[in-house]
Amino acid sequence: MDTPEELQYTKEHEWLMIEGNAARIGITDHAQQELGDVVYVELPDVGKTLDKGESFGSVESVKAVSEIYMPLSGTVTEVNEVLADTPEEVNGSPYGDGWMIRIEIADSSQIDQLMTPEEYVTYVEEEAG
Amino acid sequence: MTSKKTPLNNEHKLRGGRMVEFAGWELPVQYGSAVAEHHAVRENVGVFDVSHMGQLELVGPDALALAQKVTCNDVERLSDGQAQYSAFLTVEGTFIDDIVVYRINSERIFICVNAATTEKDYQWVCSHQVGSVQVKNRSDSFAQLAIQGPRAEEVLQRLTDTDLGSIQFYWFTFGKVDGVETLISRTGYTGEKGFEIYLPPASAESVWQKLFDAGEEFGILPAGLAARNILRLEMCYPLYGNDIDEAHTPLEAGLAWIVKFTKDFVGKDMLLLQKGNVKKKLSAFEMVDPGIVRDGYAVYSEGVSIANVTSGGYSPSLGKSVGLVYVPSELSHPGCSFEIDIRGSRRAAQIVKKPFLQKERS
Repeated sequence: MDTPEELQYTKEHEWLMIEGNAARIGITDHAQQELGDVVYVELPDVGKTLDKGESFGSVESVKAVSEIYMPLSGTVTEVNEVLADTPEEVNGSPYGDGWMIRIEIADSSQIDQLMTPEEYVTYVEEEAG
Repeated sequence: MTSKKTPLNNEHKLRGGRMVEFAGWELPVQYGSAVAEHHAVRENVGVFDVSHMGQLELVGPDALALAQKVTCNDVERLSDGQAQYSAFLTVEGTFIDDIVVYRINSERIFICVNAATTEKDYQWVCSHQVGSVQVKNRSDSFAQLAIQGPRAEEVLQRLTDTDLGSIQFYWFTFGKVDGVETLISRTGYTGEKGFEIYLPPASAESVWQKLFDAGEEFGILPAGLAARNILRLEMCYPLYGNDIDEAHTPLEAGLAWIVKFTKDFVGKDMLLLQKGNVKKKLSAFEMVDPGIVRDGYAVYSEGVSIANVTSGGYSPSLGKSVGLVYVPSELSHPGCSFEIDIRGSRRAAQIVKKPFLQKERS
């Protein structure tokens, strides 16, 4: 399981790259492995404002569908259009070309609740029992 | 209740199989990538452990007569060594199970049945027993492997002296595979050329391993339930419990070709009444709008809920989401459109010709 140092993580298996007042968001390597082959990704419209914990889209694999949740409240400023034609990027490059959305953060105090790579690895191990 | 394990349970785990419960059995849903497993079968060769499937055997002078009575296809039309897709039906003409009937000879009929329905089938066939015939549940006596794909024959031929090229589609023979006595049939549930073999459970592991050695150069892969489900859906082969069940008849399911009114069988009377007046049909559809359709999703026509998807998923061969659904006959023609509720959002879909994939008959 790959967990890049520079990212922060959530219990819903999303990663965030915080860049000032903005964040790029995707799902983790562990999440894509659990899902299996991703065949469709549904993303929100740019400009949409969502609260932390709200679903912003879904990832469909051969097996199942998973909702993806806002790790922070904010407004969507960019979505990864590439995933419309090549959703498999989520499997091949979950932290790179498989990113999903970029948001403008509404409340930066929420960042404190995100997990470090070490905390996330521990969380995944505990979840697996 | 703990799930039953096939003789290959260990092998699946060794090969990274992600094990799930299916029809009371612990089986691999996929090993690595279900899409890769699907491609291996479509382009080269894949192997499925289908040991969960049940087997019944009718033995005795009246075996053929009993088979004729309890199945809707015509067993008399079979030669010894020939197999046939068929069904057990209720008196209402609905599916108790869909099956493959193997005519070993007129006094010995072997029937492959679904795992979840094996006990129900067995009891039901027993209840129709007439004359001199024994009904046996042989499910514990067999492991079953499906070797499927354009390279299947070449791979399996390396393990047997039986001339596989001489076995026609839906014919079978007894022969040794890796020195083990098996029943080899040119059948499958993928639409590809291929074989299914029935063998003693104790030999399953070694034959399974030998198949992977023999198929290594073709990139042979073990294939799990997810790949199996996609492959059969692309061919519009119904799945018992999803697309066919005790609420639907073969005429509604588009399986009129397995119903032979020239003979007597349980369910015939009701089907004769339904014939020519089939009100709903199991139809193939593809998504027009984006989205992936799943089993159970609601189907709307002109704002009214008319049905639920019986099987839905993503077809790697077509690059789109497809499914099966019972719709009123007047809405079942290619081009008819409707909407599917994909988690709160209505998406356009349209009926297409069956099957989704056109394959050359093996």
